[in-house]
Amino acid sequence: MFNKKFMEELFKPQELYSKKALRTVYDRLAHASIMRLNQASMDKLYDLMTMAFKYQVLLCPRPKDILLVTFNHLDAIKDFIRDSPNILNQVDETFRQLIDMYSCLSAGEFQLIRQTLLIFFQDMHIRVSIFLKDKVQNSNGRFVLPLSGPVPWGTEVPGLIRMFNCNGDEVKRAEFTNGGNYISPQREGSFDLYGDRKLHIKFSIKAENAAPNPLAKEELNFLARLMGGLEIKKPNGSEPGFRLNLFTTDEDEEYAALTRPEELSYKVINIQATQDQQQNEELARIMGEFEVTDQPRQSTSRGDDLLAMMDEL
Amino acid sequence: MYRKERSVPLKSSSSALYNNLSVLPLRDKQLTYFAAVHGSSVSLASAAPGGLSVSHRQLQAKEGAGVGCNSSFPFQASWCVLPSRVLLVLTSQKGIQMYESDGSIMVYWHALDGPVTGCQWHLPCLSAGTSSGLVLVFDVPSKGTNITLSEVLEEHRDSITDITSEDGAADLVTADDSGALCVWKAKEEFSLLTRISAFGWTCSSVKLWNGVIAAGYGNGQIRLYEATGGALRATVSAHARWIYALDLAPLTGKLLSGAEDSYVQIWKLSRSPDTGDIEIEHCHSECVTDTQLCGARFCDPEGNSFAATGYDLSEIVRYGQV
Repeated sequence: MFNKKFMEELFKPQELYSKKALRTVYDRLAHASIMRLNQASMDKLYDLMTMAFKYQVLLCPRPKDILLVTFNHLDAIKDFIRDSPNILNQVDETFRQLIDMYSCLSAGEFQLIRQTLLIFFQDMHIRVSIFLKDKVQNSNGRFVLPLSGPVPWGTEVPGLIRMFNCNGDEVKRAEFTNGGNYISPQREGSFDLYGDRKLHIKFSIKAENAAPNPLAKEELNFLARLMGGLEIKKPNGSEPGFRLNLFTTDEDEEYAALTRPEELSYKVINIQATQDQQQNEELARIMGEFEVTDQPRQSTSRGDDLLAMMDEL
Repeated sequence: MYRKERSVPLKSSSSALYNNLSVLPLRDKQLTYFAAVHGSSVSLASAAPGGLSVSHRQLQAKEGAGVGCNSSFPFQASWCVLPSRVLLVLTSQKGIQMYESDGSIMVYWHALDGPVTGCQWHLPCLSAGTSSGLVLVFDVPSKGTNITLSEVLEEHRDSITDITSEDGAADLVTADDSGALCVWKAKEEFSLLTRISAFGWTCSSVKLWNGVIAAGYGNGQIRLYEATGGALRATVSAHARWIYALDLAPLTGKLLSGAEDSYVQIWKLSRSPDTGDIEIEHCHSECVTDTQLCGARFCDPEGNSFAATGYDLSEIVRYGQV
């Protein structure tokens, strides 16, 4: 995923992806490994990812913090692949490209990026059980916006009015209560290659419903952390890889697929030459970067499966 | 002081754009028109007093005047009240479109290479700002579609965020993404009176009242300046997040501010008769729970009622004075 050509594609100035296009890229990303998901599990995973990212973008105290969110994500990825120098280099290179391209944008330009991202997420109110439980999301699907805590770096705690005369001398001061309960920020987060991002958008997804066969090396599986209940099944027949089911049983998964409301269904594009030429050209170009050229290794131990998967990516 | 009144439902939710609410009170018809931008369209709603009997219309911002055009993203929809007509003006990525006040017929469109962001009228002209910092001035006749571009003001270097006007010593104030403000005087042509420097934060909204400029910034601060000369007269740590909208009630000097921190704050501007100093005091706070506000306007020139929109919110919340 972090290979040079694909990253180059991503860094080109371009319009926001349509929802269909992003979902298709997502499908391909997930299936670029030896992992297989049914429609229902894929839908659930995508829902979780989009709502989690929407939450992070929405709650950024300053627009520039969306860059810190990306750095947080990359830091987490680096932690998982710390034993693979090749991939680590690619991720570091991506880091450098992000710093080069985005570090000198103004706050106004970051706000425009954030506003554009928010257009993508507009009207998405899918309820995520972990968010509901942590009281981060209301039962109507809307996120809880806190009225307390530290103000963003560069903002003053609301409450002070200062008035000046025509010479610029302060002649009067007044205070007011704004309604919230805010405090000063401590320190700005780091935008360097390594550093404390100081951005804690408060939500944690803990593994619930311990799967019958827990992962041997859970910390290597970034997706497992986010999904919570994860069941790894032995592949059927001679097909390499493993199938991911985000539901407790196969029956639950089938039921979810049948009962998913129409308005939430994602229509994944099948790239065919006969359909929508221009859109497919762009997608085909991006998809081409996902080709897995090596055959994944087959092994018996579950932990080894995961290591093999990470090596192959 | 204010209490919540019946909301006006919208056909679609509002997008996170600056000054994303426009209000046109029609006293003779006993109606109020509202407009808010959603993605690539504009939601229009007209409501009778009390928020009852609401009717809706949806406008798509198109590239051109014809039917089969590509849609583009609008930045702002606002009503411009000219001497003998009211126009609904849509600024978007592809240019500027003007409609009859109820959005029924497109009267004029002007395509541009770059996006047009905010707009404002100053009789008999209409000014619109672009993302490259240009301010376009259009002459609007009292009837018909013969609208012409008469002047281009080049002073800003960043995207124009808001424009405001008033009849007085200063006629037009333009604000941009870097936080710089320009004050203009209109005679036959517009001339620059003063330039107010940026201090590192976007100015998302600007209003003019009795020669006082009120500006709202991305760091949650409101600043008041003298329009002639540009001297800073007051700073208010008003909000904990980015300010998205300011509005003024011209008959009373009431100012309202709406921000991403979920709050609408109401203020009162005044000028001391002895010293001539500008004063501002806080009057009222209103919290729209779990909503990042993107638009807020007074619904009458005295400031007895106001309305607000929020990102992802499919209604216009309204408040009236008790």
